[in-house]
Amino acid sequence: MLTVDSLKKYFGFVRAVDDINLEIREGEIVSIIGTNGAGKTTLVNLISGYLKPDGGRILFFDKDITYASPYVRIKLGVGRSFQLIQLFGNCSVLDNVRTALFSKYGMIRRALLPADRYSSVTDEAMKILYNFNMADKKDLTPTGLSEGDLKILDIAIAFALKSKLLLLDEPTSGVATSDKFKVMDSIVSAIKREGVSTLIIEHDMDIVSGYSDRVIVMHEGKIMAEGKPDEIMENKEVKSTVFGIVS
Amino acid sequence: MVKKPRWAVYLVIFIVLLFIPRFFSIFNLMLFEYGLTFAIVGLGFNLLLGYTGLLSFGHGAYFAVGAYTVGMIAKYLPEAYSLELLIPAALLFSLILSVIFGFLCVRHTKIFFSILALSLSMLLYALLFKLYHITGGSDGLRIPLPTLLGMSFKGIRRPEFLSGTYYYFLLVLFAVSCLIMRGIVGSPFGKALQAIRDNEVRAELIGIRVRRYRLYAFILSGMFVGLGGALWSFVNGHVTADLSHWVFSGEIVYMTLLGGFGIFEGPIVGAIFFTYLKLYAMGNTQYWMFVIGGTLIVLVLLLPNGVAGAFAILLAKLKRKKTLGGTAC
Repeated sequence: MLTVDSLKKYFGFVRAVDDINLEIREGEIVSIIGTNGAGKTTLVNLISGYLKPDGGRILFFDKDITYASPYVRIKLGVGRSFQLIQLFGNCSVLDNVRTALFSKYGMIRRALLPADRYSSVTDEAMKILYNFNMADKKDLTPTGLSEGDLKILDIAIAFALKSKLLLLDEPTSGVATSDKFKVMDSIVSAIKREGVSTLIIEHDMDIVSGYSDRVIVMHEGKIMAEGKPDEIMENKEVKSTVFGIVS
Repeated sequence: MVKKPRWAVYLVIFIVLLFIPRFFSIFNLMLFEYGLTFAIVGLGFNLLLGYTGLLSFGHGAYFAVGAYTVGMIAKYLPEAYSLELLIPAALLFSLILSVIFGFLCVRHTKIFFSILALSLSMLLYALLFKLYHITGGSDGLRIPLPTLLGMSFKGIRRPEFLSGTYYYFLLVLFAVSCLIMRGIVGSPFGKALQAIRDNEVRAELIGIRVRRYRLYAFILSGMFVGLGGALWSFVNGHVTADLSHWVFSGEIVYMTLLGGFGIFEGPIVGAIFFTYLKLYAMGNTQYWMFVIGGTLIVLVLLLPNGVAGAFAILLAKLKRKKTLGGTAC
């Protein structure tokens, strides 16, 4: 569904993304790992439209979206979460998700009836919150949530847009180590239930290995290795450069 | 029938307000009417400040347009000088002006938005001030008593008009404005505005056209303020170019802050409170500006959520004491 064809992005002399080719199939969960500065986030920004590439092509369901605006891509079904959480800080958890749904259905022009009256949308928002184990926190504002819950909510919003492809940028960064797997469990089980294709960016191999169908290792803007999680774990080159293990 | 206690409280307040002319002196009633018109202004202003996160220092312009619509029609089109035509006309002209000014303003946010709104309102001020032959310049325009649905008020003095028919007319429009605004802020549209206020980047990402929705909010806000201006002009009996001056826009900001912009009822409380505060300060000391300024400092330091905000917090605390552990709001 997503094809990235020799994509390039240079910042001055830094080759952040250098001739990357990758493909994501429907329902697949793919992880990209790599050290800091490997170009992972740049790649996500290119796919979601926040940066314009210097070369190459991005195809989404055979449609060229290389230079499309983020808005167009969202409408097509490319959703993303952020490494630094982006939420609606003074709106309740329910409204965070519900507003995304209203927007998705083109209902945000309706300006007279209270949002609660649109019970089908509210129900759907609640269903999503249940899916992510957040239903009991629906009336809290994000300021009252833990870092892990914030991450989950951020993804739940992207999820509510019915994205066909989710780009998750470090879904567990900033989350306490003991909670990381719990957060990943919530996210991945919700994603799998709906069969959404997902691209997860992480720098920690341990976190993604159990959840990914395929792992791509990036290093200095290039793809260094690609394969099943256990294959990658055994790859010598990856071990020495990414994990820092010298054997 | 009334499910939520909030609506019951509103209903009680409305009924009390119906009987106010019986208890208030003409003087106090007029002050209260000033307060009510400003309350409508505050509601409109707060859609932009409290719900969309844009601070305008130029909302005097839309107030002036509402008030001048009335004045100009009185001067140039006296046959159409009846309330049922004047109010839609005021709404129409404030709509037109806020579309034009809003289109320019919403390209920016934060201080740039504020300054741009301020300068555009000063542009209108200059026009109203300089076009002496059309607008009456610094003399302004006189606002005679209008007719309402064929009823003429000839021979009736202004205070009688204000304490009779007009008070109820104003009260009904105030109640309708509250209901409409309440509807707007709770609707999907209002939620989208709040999303923009909280996080512009993410709002764009969930598919909200941020700039366009800011413009919608701006226009609605301008229309409410214009309505307030038109209603105010009858109470005041006279309009001048000062209404479009930034000092007056500042007063709109001030009363919204005084009431608290984080709360729906805040600007209403603030507007009424401000009207009394200003008058009593002016009546008792020539240093009334000092009182207003001092209040602002106290407000910023001690009551950042305004009078209504402080009251809401107090109420929530009392509630919590009663039902140990229950959540507020």
